[in-house]
Amino acid sequence: MLDDYFTRAILAGIGMAVVAGPLGCFIVWRRLAYFGDTLSHAALLGVAMAFLFQINVTLAVFVVSAAVSVALVLLQRRATLSSDALLGLLSHSSLALGLVVLSSMTWLRIDLMGFLFGDILSVSRLDIGIIWGGGLAVLAVLVLIWRPLFAATVNQELAEAEGMNPDRANFIFMLLMATVIAISMKIVGVLLITAMLIIPAAAARRFACGPEQMAIIAILMGATSVGLGLGASREWDTQSGPAIVVAALGLFLISLTPLAAWLANIRISKAAAPAARE
Amino acid sequence: MLQPTDPLVQLTSAGIERSGRWLVRGVDLSVRSGEIVTLIGPNGSGKSTTAKMALGVLKPSEGSAVRREGLRVGYVPQKISVDWTLPLTVARFMSLTGKVAPADAVRAMEATGIMHHQHAEVRNLSGGEFQRAMLARAIARKPDLMVLDEPVQGVDFSGEISLYDLIKRIRDEIGCGVLLISHDLHVVMAATDKVICLNGHVCCQGTPTAVAESAAYKQLFGPRASATLAVYEHDHDHTHLADGRVRHADGSITEHCHPDDGHHHDHAGHDHSGHDHSGHDRSHSHGHASGNTGGGVSNA
Repeated sequence: MLDDYFTRAILAGIGMAVVAGPLGCFIVWRRLAYFGDTLSHAALLGVAMAFLFQINVTLAVFVVSAAVSVALVLLQRRATLSSDALLGLLSHSSLALGLVVLSSMTWLRIDLMGFLFGDILSVSRLDIGIIWGGGLAVLAVLVLIWRPLFAATVNQELAEAEGMNPDRANFIFMLLMATVIAISMKIVGVLLITAMLIIPAAAARRFACGPEQMAIIAILMGATSVGLGLGASREWDTQSGPAIVVAALGLFLISLTPLAAWLANIRISKAAAPAARE
Repeated sequence: MLQPTDPLVQLTSAGIERSGRWLVRGVDLSVRSGEIVTLIGPNGSGKSTTAKMALGVLKPSEGSAVRREGLRVGYVPQKISVDWTLPLTVARFMSLTGKVAPADAVRAMEATGIMHHQHAEVRNLSGGEFQRAMLARAIARKPDLMVLDEPVQGVDFSGEISLYDLIKRIRDEIGCGVLLISHDLHVVMAATDKVICLNGHVCCQGTPTAVAESAAYKQLFGPRASATLAVYEHDHDHTHLADGRVRHADGSITEHCHPDDGHHHDHAGHDHSGHDHSGHDRSHSHGHASGNTGGGVSNA
């Protein structure tokens, strides 16, 4: 079954959607959309570092992304610049640094487009193993820190006052993001990771009436986009990465129609019915 | 380490400094099990800052804040904004910071009168309804200490009375300590054991005068409210002027007002119900409140 490149692509894409959905919800809730961009740009610096030091690309991307996340947290503590200014600063400087390093290695000819948009059709069995293994590990950690992270998302001081450790949860969340960027970069490419984090989560919002529910719906949205996008790219011979994002955009647009509100209402009245009987 | 008979939380000459300015300084405060302590004071007097020190959210720049080991806290912050992107129903809100038994959540929501909104998203609640939801969440946790930062803001007058009654009932039922910040400078819960008036430092403290004792207030508040509300009458021997200087009872003016200067009066118990202060006007000439707006009235 795994001999078929198309099946491998579907499996890899769904694996990515499974982890991007719940993380993407937090990105949307915490207004960190630009954080994804920043990490994606940091990932390019990671790629450059990998070529410079001849190390594994995924590992290098993880290290640089994690370093940028930690830098962000430390700079936020200083609180001299606002978060969005800091993100912009880190984003553009890591992108520029990455391009400088890459262009300094004149003997190297790498396909930047490949890293920007990825090539999901060329994933190997090992890639699928990494995506699912890493993805499930990330999800397991996310489940462990879910309550403090969510409480801190609603109100940091409230979480802290009631004995949680929001700083630790935030820090772990940043590392999880770096991990996801590192392992999914090869599939959709750095520019499209952000899209896969944000668009399925945004599309899930109107169908959801609870945070956990929204995370699960975001997974389904992401997986559906992968299926639709890859199907369309095979049918019409378009680039697969962008096709997935366009499919996700389509789902988001559907969520804007009255259909979503109608579905959510049905669930609310279903949930209310047993309570009314009491 | 604090023993069980010790206070749930104790602040000892605690203060917070931010970029060279003391937000609040020299606060001594303790809350014991079953005790209701009310903080009053004008805007910017450090009430919320003091509460956050008690909660451990802010570390005191000087002095100390000690909480009992394993203290279970229920906190109602002054304001929370829940983003549209967050699908959060009232029922889910109850277990935000820890598992809550469904029966406890239901009881808390029924007690605060938001049971019929349990499937509504919190962002769709009105201001008063959201306050009730936050109070319900704090109660459902069965806390040892409740810290309520203006819990009745945005709640109408009769709702305010019933929420104060509820806070008292919860205190009686689970025996928790309550640190309450009042949005009103003079009217506090009748069940309050101790009132602390802040204005960057502890101005004075004492017990409130039951409204029921005063016919005039009884008429003003109505018979039901007069059992729940109380008035904290306080006069200060110094006035904070608009430019930040301090005018004292003897007419002298100094640059600052420090807790250790001995400017603030500290009558035994500060209980006005039994005796009269000769030389003091017993009306509400709260110099600090009006002093900030530039129209300070000295008591002297």
